[in-house]
Amino acid sequence: MIYWYFTLLTFLLVVLNVFSSEITFELPDNGKECFFQEIKANTTATLEFQVVTGGQYDVDVTLQDPLKQVIYQQAKMQFDSHSFTAQRTGIYSACFSNEFSTFSHKIVYMDFQVGEESPLPGIGDHVTALTQMESSAVDIHKYLNLIIDLQTHHRLREAQGRKRAEDLNERVQWWSIFETVAMITIGVTQVYILKNFFNDRKPFVAGR
Amino acid sequence: MFSVKGYEFLIFVIFVVDISSALYFHIAETERKCFIEEIPDETNVIVNYKVELYDPRTGGFMPSSPGIGMHVEVRDPDDKTILSRVYSSEGKISFTSHTPGEHVICMYSNSSAWFGGSQLRVHLDIQVGEHAINYGEVVQKEKLSELQLRIRQLLDQVDQITKEQNYQRYREDRFRQTSESTNSRVLWWSITQTAVLILMGAWQMRHLKTFFEAKKLV
Repeated sequence: MIYWYFTLLTFLLVVLNVFSSEITFELPDNGKECFFQEIKANTTATLEFQVVTGGQYDVDVTLQDPLKQVIYQQAKMQFDSHSFTAQRTGIYSACFSNEFSTFSHKIVYMDFQVGEESPLPGIGDHVTALTQMESSAVDIHKYLNLIIDLQTHHRLREAQGRKRAEDLNERVQWWSIFETVAMITIGVTQVYILKNFFNDRKPFVAGR
Repeated sequence: MFSVKGYEFLIFVIFVVDISSALYFHIAETERKCFIEEIPDETNVIVNYKVELYDPRTGGFMPSSPGIGMHVEVRDPDDKTILSRVYSSEGKISFTSHTPGEHVICMYSNSSAWFGGSQLRVHLDIQVGEHAINYGEVVQKEKLSELQLRIRQLLDQVDQITKEQNYQRYREDRFRQTSESTNSRVLWWSITQTAVLILMGAWQMRHLKTFFEAKKLV
């Protein structure tokens, strides 16, 4: 009995030791943000990221294995995804750097997925073949997951567009206020400077 | 093979083990860290975290640091605080959104160190929507069969997708409003600009004309 618990426990821990961390964080100008994740050997992991707002929507990304060797490195990327299989057990790090940018602060979305999705309790350990009903339910589940993933992407793209539009709106407003003020001031000063030329003749006389 | 009781034990163990295998990051003791969750309304969010304090004597991190408390703050899209409390070094926070949009979750330790202090390691796991549902609990509470549980999960997923789609409509609407507003601002501004230019030119001419006539220059 005890033996059973332990085999099952280790099995479940291995299977359930999966993680999908979706995180959206702010990256200040000149900032660098690192995230760490323990991955067991031979587990497949996927790192996905996308810059939501800020500057040229780009960021430097570095993925390192436990021995500090670079697995994946990209400079000034807007979005990307990278899958890899862990060669050894240990702490993997994903760093996002904005060190090349001196004034634009950014918002970055990151999804670090490790391993397969954990099975539902009571389903992962059953041995008999799935019935047709069950297997189509599993299929539907997979497709729904795909839909949710695509929705996330869509949402981020939409957020990009919307934030830019809001920016544009504000800029148009400020620019128009500024330019109206500038036009009136220039117009009035022009006239007064011109009048001054004729009122005060000395500089003209002296000039001749 | 194994009794129901043993199974409960398993689920419990897994649940406890969970958080230490989560993603982690480092912050200074006085630093404040914020995360953004853009979510539809009526969506459940569960935040699991665990804080470890850097131990200079061993050069590692202390697995449990009872002295450290974490201040967790959650703000909704209208910048209203929906949750602000001090928790211990390990905790689980859950909240439900009432307005769709960007929810900001901020964490900082209650440390009184003024100059940086030492480093903190924060394990963090944020689960949103149907990911926040613990199916282990659902099975126990409602005694569902495997297939029923699977269907239950599918329903939850579809529910989440529908919410997300409604939220998408809402955002699309906002996006369009912004664009319409930009459009009308550009239009009105060009009209105003033209009017200002014409008025300005006319005023300049008239003003200078009277001025020159008065000065007997023309």
